[in-house]
Amino acid sequence: MSRLGKIARRTFLVASTAVVGGVAFGYYAYKRPFANPLLDDLADGAAALTPYVKIDASGITLITPRADSGQGAYSVQAALIAEELDVELDQVRVDPGPPDPAYYNTALSTEAAPFRSTDDSFAANSTRGVMDAMMKFMGMQITGGSTTVPDSYEKLRLAGAVARETLKAAAAQQTGAAIADLKTSNGNVELPGGGTLAYTELASVAAKIDPVNSVTLRDPSTWRLIGKPMERVDILAKSTGTQAYGIDVEMDGMLHATVRTNPHRFGDVLGFDDSAARGMRGVINVVPVTGGVAVIADNTWRAIQAANAIAVDWGPAAYPPEMDGHWQALSDSFDEDHLDSRFRDDGEVTETLDAATEVIEAEYRAPYLAHQPLEPINATVLVQDNRVDVWTGTQIPRFVQSNVAKITGKDTDQVHVHVLMMGGSFGHRLEDRVVREAAEIAMTRPGTPIKLTYSREEDFTHNETRQIAMARGRGVVGDGRVQAYDLGIAMPSVIASQMGRQGLPTPGPDLQIVAGAWEQPFDIPHYRVSGYRAPELGPVSSWRAVGASTNGFFHDVFLDELIAAAGADPMEERLRLMWHDPSRKTLEAVAEMSNWGAPVAPGKGRGVAFCMSFGVPTAQVIEVSATDAGILIDKVWCAAEVGQVIDPIMFENMVQGGIVWALGHAMNSEITYADGMVEQRNYYDAPGMRLYQTPEIMVRGLENGRDVRGMGEPMVPPAAAALSNAIYAATGTRVRDMPMAKVADFA
Amino acid sequence: MKLTVNGTEHEVDVEDDMPLLWVLRDMLNIKGVKFGCGVAQCGACTVHIDGEAVRSCQTAAADVWGEVTTIEGLGAPDALHAVQLAWLEHQVAQCGYCQAGQMMQAAALVAENPTPSDDDIDTALSGNLCRCGTYPRIRAAVKTAAQKLQEA
Repeated sequence: MSRLGKIARRTFLVASTAVVGGVAFGYYAYKRPFANPLLDDLADGAAALTPYVKIDASGITLITPRADSGQGAYSVQAALIAEELDVELDQVRVDPGPPDPAYYNTALSTEAAPFRSTDDSFAANSTRGVMDAMMKFMGMQITGGSTTVPDSYEKLRLAGAVARETLKAAAAQQTGAAIADLKTSNGNVELPGGGTLAYTELASVAAKIDPVNSVTLRDPSTWRLIGKPMERVDILAKSTGTQAYGIDVEMDGMLHATVRTNPHRFGDVLGFDDSAARGMRGVINVVPVTGGVAVIADNTWRAIQAANAIAVDWGPAAYPPEMDGHWQALSDSFDEDHLDSRFRDDGEVTETLDAATEVIEAEYRAPYLAHQPLEPINATVLVQDNRVDVWTGTQIPRFVQSNVAKITGKDTDQVHVHVLMMGGSFGHRLEDRVVREAAEIAMTRPGTPIKLTYSREEDFTHNETRQIAMARGRGVVGDGRVQAYDLGIAMPSVIASQMGRQGLPTPGPDLQIVAGAWEQPFDIPHYRVSGYRAPELGPVSSWRAVGASTNGFFHDVFLDELIAAAGADPMEERLRLMWHDPSRKTLEAVAEMSNWGAPVAPGKGRGVAFCMSFGVPTAQVIEVSATDAGILIDKVWCAAEVGQVIDPIMFENMVQGGIVWALGHAMNSEITYADGMVEQRNYYDAPGMRLYQTPEIMVRGLENGRDVRGMGEPMVPPAAAALSNAIYAATGTRVRDMPMAKVADFA
Repeated sequence: MKLTVNGTEHEVDVEDDMPLLWVLRDMLNIKGVKFGCGVAQCGACTVHIDGEAVRSCQTAAADVWGEVTTIEGLGAPDALHAVQLAWLEHQVAQCGYCQAGQMMQAAALVAENPTPSDDDIDTALSGNLCRCGTYPRIRAAVKTAAQKLQEA
C-alpha cells in the first residue's frame, strides 16, 4: 500500500488556538490500530496547546521539537512543515518549543520492538504499535535513535497542510472567494482576481474558525523543498561565529560555576578542604553538590582554578578499579545465567558446530568511549519564588523539567526549559547530570542566574561512556561458503544504566546488547546471535549508534573471517547470503562506486562491511595503504538506504562526518579506568580523527525502501569493520580489538 | 591592562595569567571565540594576534603582544570575509562549534599562502578538531576561500 493511501484512511483531528495576536495550529491525533483510547485523551488536551505552526502579526514560527546537535534537525523539521505550508525557510523563525508530551517521539519506540526492520508481519507491526502507545503515554520528547526524520516525516507535513488549508478557509471567509479558487505560496494566500493575503494578516481570523481536519499530503513529485539542497537555517550564523550555544548564555547578574565530583564514579565524598579556594580572586562561594563540590565565581576560569585548588577525600567506586576486572566481568558473562536474548537462532547451530571437523573461532573487544562534543557541557539555571528557568542544550527536555522540579521543590509546570543549540552531542546530552548540578547550585542563590560549565577534564573523567563489549564467534565453512555462524555478545545494559539514572525500570531483554548483529539480513543456514548481559560496571550511556557501534564491528568482522576461511570473495559472498533486496542494493552500490574487483595496487587493501542499524542498511568499502609510516586510510565509499533523502547536502555532510567519527575512535580512542578513575583527561588522550588523517569519502543515499529513516547513526557501525577488513586485505593481520592502534600503526 | 580587540581598545582588570580566551568571553562578552579543551588541543579558541593564528586558551592576558582579531572582527553576516563566504557556500558546519576556530586558522593560512596545497591545508588545520567530522568540507572550503581572495 502506498504511503499516501495509508494516510488518507486515517482520521485527523486538529485544533487551532488563539494566541496573543494570532493563531497556533496543532496537529494532534490520528487513529492507530493499536492505540489505547486513554492515550488519545491524554494527547487531545495537551496537543491543542502545543502547536507546530504559530502565526501572529510579527511572523510565522515553526516549532521543531527535536533538538539540534549539529545534525540539521531544525532545518529538516522546518522544511517538512514548509513544504506543505507554502512558506520559504528564509521567511520563518524556527523555535524548538517547550517540553510537552505532545512532542513525544513515536519512531524511537518503533525500533525498541524486538522485530527486524525488515519484518513487516502482523506481529511485528502490532508490537511496534503498542510500543508507540507506551512512548506516547510517557511523553518521551527525546531526540535520539536517528528518529527525527522518521518521527517527523508525516507529522510535520500534516501540521503544515492543516495550517495551510485552515488559512485558506479563513481567506475564503474574509473575501467570499471559493476555497477551490485559492492558492498559496510564499506565506500568502493568492486570491482569484490577483492580489494576496499574507498568512500573518489571516491569523486572527483563522484562530476563530474550525480547523480543516481533512487534508491530503502532496505527491512527492510536486515537492519544492524535500529532496533538494537547501540552505540550513543556521548556516549563516555558524559561518560567522554568531550562533549562540548554551555555553554562550549571558544575563544580568549571572555568576559562573564549575564542579568537581568524585572521579570514582558515584562514590562518596568523605570530606573536603576548600580554604585555599575560598581565598582566590573572584570566588564567591563553595557549595556541596551531589557527589562533590561546586565553586561559584565571577568568571568561568576563576571558578575552574579554584575548583582545582580544593582538596577532596573521595570514597571508592562500586565497579572494579582496574580494567582487568571489567574485562573479566564480560568474559564471565558468556553463559546461560547471563543470557539476555537469542532472537536469532536459525537452523541447527549447535549440531553443526559439534559435527564440524574444523571450527573457526575468534574473540573481539571494544572499549569504553567518551562522547566529548566540543562544547563542554553546561547549563544555566535561575531559581525564583514561583518559577525556575533552565537554559541548556538537551535531548531530554521532559526529564530535565521533572528532575529540576524535584530538586528545587517546584511543580513541573513552574520549570521552564529553554532548549539551546548544542555544540555536538553524539548522545552525551541524553544525560542531564549537569542540569541537576546547576539546579542544586542555583538553589543556594535564588534570584541569581548560575551558569555551570564543566572543564574538559571534568567532562572526560565523568562521561557516561559507550559500553564496553566483548564478542565470541564460532563458525563453520564448507564448499566455499559460510555454513554456520554463531556469535555471542557480552556487555552491560546501556539502557538499564541510562534509564536507571532517571529512576526508570527497564524490564525485559535489552535489544541494544544485540543491536546491529541479530537483525542482519543474511540467510546463513545455521545462524545464531546470543546477547549476554554483563553486570553493571562503569556508567554507560547511548554513544552514537549505541549497541550497534560495537556489534556492527563484531558481526561483520567475524563474517569476513569466515568468508576468508571459505576462500570466497568478500563482496560476492555477502551478496549471495543477503536475502533483503534494499540491503543488497547498498552492497551493489558500493561495489559499483569503488569498482570492486578491479586490481588493487601493491601495498593497498580493500575491505567491505555491511550493517543494518536503526532500520538503515548501510554498506561501506574502505581502501587502505600499508606504508612505511603506517596504515593510511585512503578512500571510503558508503551507500545507505534511507527511503528518502530530505536534503542531499546535509545527508552527505552527516554521513562523511559519521564515518570520520567512527574511524577516528576505532583507530585511537578509548576510556580506561585505573584506581577506579578514568585515565583519559583531555583530547590528547583520545583525539579521534584529525584533518590530515581524513580519507576521501564518497556517499550515496538510496531510496528503494519502504520507510523513511534517519541517518544520524547508521554510518557508524560498518566503518570500523570495513577498516579492519581492509587492514586484513592489505597486511594479512586481523584486527579484532579497538582501539586498533594497539595492534596496527596508523600514519 | 589594555587590549585592542577587533579595533576597539578595552581596559580590563584581570590577573596576568588569565587566558585571553576568558578575558574575551567572560570579561568582554565576545562569544564567537569558543572554549573547547583549555590546553591547545582543539583550536576552538583560535584568534589572530597581529594576523597570526594563536590559541587564546594558552595565551596569557599579559602576554598579548598585538591587536586581537576574533571571528566577529574577521567579517559579519552582512559583510562576509572570503573564508566565511566559502564556509557558507560549502555549508561546512554541522554543530558549528569548532568552525569559528577553523575559519580563523584558515584565514591566517590563505592570507600567508594564496594557493595552499592539500598538504598545506592538512598541516595548517590538523590542530583544529571537528568532532562532527566536517573535514572533507573544510578542505574544499579552504580552497574556495583561497580562490576568492585571488579573484578579489
